[in-house]
Amino acid sequence: MTGGGPPVIQSDPAIGRPTNGDARPMSHTDDTQGTRRDFIYYATAGAGAVVTGAAVWPLVNQMNPSADVRALASIQVDVSGVDEGTQLTVLWQGKPVFIRYRTAEEIEAARAVDVDSLPDPMAENANLTNATAPATDENRSLSEDGSWLVQMGVCTHLGCVPLGEQGDFGGWFCPCHGSHYDTAGRIRKGPAPRNLPIPVASFVDETTIQLG
Amino acid sequence: MAGIPHDHYEPKSGGEKWLHSRLPIVGLLYDTLFIPTPKNLNWMWIWGIVLTFTLVMQIATGVVLVMHYTPHVDMAFASVEHIMRDVNGGHMIRYFHQNGASLFFVAVYLHMFRSLYYGSYKAPREVTWVIGILMFLLMMGTAFMGYVLPWGQMSFHGTAVITGLFGAIPFIGEAIQTWLLGASAVGQPALNRFFSLHYLLPFVLLGLTIVHIWAFHTTGNNNPTGVEVRRTSKEEAQKDTLPFWPYFVIKDLFALAIILAVFMAIVGFMPNYLGHPDNYIPANPLATPSHIVPEWYFLPFYAILRAFTADVWVVMLVDWISFGIIDAKFFGVLAMFGAIIVMALAPWLDTSSVRSGRYRPMFKWWFALLVVDFIVLMWVGAMPAEGIYPYISLIGSAYWFGYFLILLPLLGVIEKPTTPPSTIEADFNDHYGDTAVKGGAAAPTPAE
Repeated sequence: MTGGGPPVIQSDPAIGRPTNGDARPMSHTDDTQGTRRDFIYYATAGAGAVVTGAAVWPLVNQMNPSADVRALASIQVDVSGVDEGTQLTVLWQGKPVFIRYRTAEEIEAARAVDVDSLPDPMAENANLTNATAPATDENRSLSEDGSWLVQMGVCTHLGCVPLGEQGDFGGWFCPCHGSHYDTAGRIRKGPAPRNLPIPVASFVDETTIQLG
Repeated sequence: MAGIPHDHYEPKSGGEKWLHSRLPIVGLLYDTLFIPTPKNLNWMWIWGIVLTFTLVMQIATGVVLVMHYTPHVDMAFASVEHIMRDVNGGHMIRYFHQNGASLFFVAVYLHMFRSLYYGSYKAPREVTWVIGILMFLLMMGTAFMGYVLPWGQMSFHGTAVITGLFGAIPFIGEAIQTWLLGASAVGQPALNRFFSLHYLLPFVLLGLTIVHIWAFHTTGNNNPTGVEVRRTSKEEAQKDTLPFWPYFVIKDLFALAIILAVFMAIVGFMPNYLGHPDNYIPANPLATPSHIVPEWYFLPFYAILRAFTADVWVVMLVDWISFGIIDAKFFGVLAMFGAIIVMALAPWLDTSSVRSGRYRPMFKWWFALLVVDFIVLMWVGAMPAEGIYPYISLIGSAYWFGYFLILLPLLGVIEKPTTPPSTIEADFNDHYGDTAVKGGAAAPTPAE
């Protein structure tokens, strides 16, 4: 096999005889057949690769989230029954979401923290356009006054569900591998690498929060 | 098949000849069953049969369990309870299947450590060894996915943690995790596909079992001396070997009977001893069990996964070199898979000219320490990740890697091995005396 490309039929330098233009040269079979075979060989292999890829891709892609799973992307939650100092846990896209009505002490404790001292100084808030916003309490709470905190209830270490009002910082504590989160859901101690992420959320009216 | 010279199948009757010229299947079975086997094999050479038996048992019990099981998040737990309470004999079938996984791993670990001690992984048996490691990985995947099916608390949150390992891969991890789960979290899509794969993979294992046997039937079995069977003539080979049937089949079946007696006792009297009570609580996505622990057979590798936290200097160094791409979480995942990959590389890491650990005075002790290390890692993997335990897992993990990456290459250079016997026959006669062998072809020629 000597290289690809379309078969050369206009002239045949190996033989040094000009072709008459309207017909294939009268050469030996091994002169032009090499390039012609090469072309067919590569074309077939290429087509085979494309067809195989086209056949395999649906088999791989079928494992991605299906339409009904994707359709559950947004839910509305009634928070009228949530009292100050309590937490509502709802299931959203198969994961728990913590909706906490924080006390004044919790807000105060969260706002007193120096952001630069945090293991993860990013807000991790999907509602902010600035992806690198600092992890201040204002950047993480849902309401202006900081009373509502909405965050994923999934430990950023290996995905366990942290327990509320526990740990060294009065926030959340993950029982699996001992990660401590503060009252703003920021990682303070333990193996978890990031703050509890904040999903896209907003108040639809006074007592209803929309997730997603 | 190539390999040790021996008598091949000769079709005698007209019918046999008719079939043999069209499909030589009887000859294949004959050659497999009567394969010459080193006659000095000890009791550590029984685990292959135990593993084959266990695979068949798991497939048989699994196929009937599927007749009663429903892979749906709302019904899976109830259908397992249905098997336990309503299906005729269902509780025993399930307990066999559940504890069968433990039997499988007991046997596979003994099988692997046997190979590591007697150098069975060394040339020319590298392919057998690498296929074996692949089978071990497949076994772990199959066992994990089977554990998810009852959809208890451990099933659910264990799945979250294990698929979270893939989420630790930089850049593409989250997409891979979503792809594996079919959603952003553990749920119906994950249960359904794990069920499908848990049914499929044992048959892949069955296929690999045949390839595994094919490979070592081509090279011949290793044996406790690590000395090869003499192959210059059939007569000489016969002095070193006995046919697999009946000599080794009967021996293996005897061992299997004893092992199954212990297994039956566990299945009958303490079927849940090796499990976790949390898995008898239906899955609840809103509450994680306070202490997530994998099944005992994953614990050594789980300990390695957890050993490398962000405050370990190696992790900090790698984090810094890789500009933060390889963080502690990903490092742990790499270490866990790396612990298995270094095993697969053992044939090329071991530089010793002597195969069997029996004739390697220094290797012996380091190998014994590796076994202790494995047990310590298993113990520490079950402990909470606090206090002294992370340090123990770190030391244990370091030794695991040190054994394969430093000791195996180094020992071959600095160690002075003792002399193995010249032949398997000589080793056999040393142990049993040359009058021990009775029966036609296997009798040694009178000598000395």
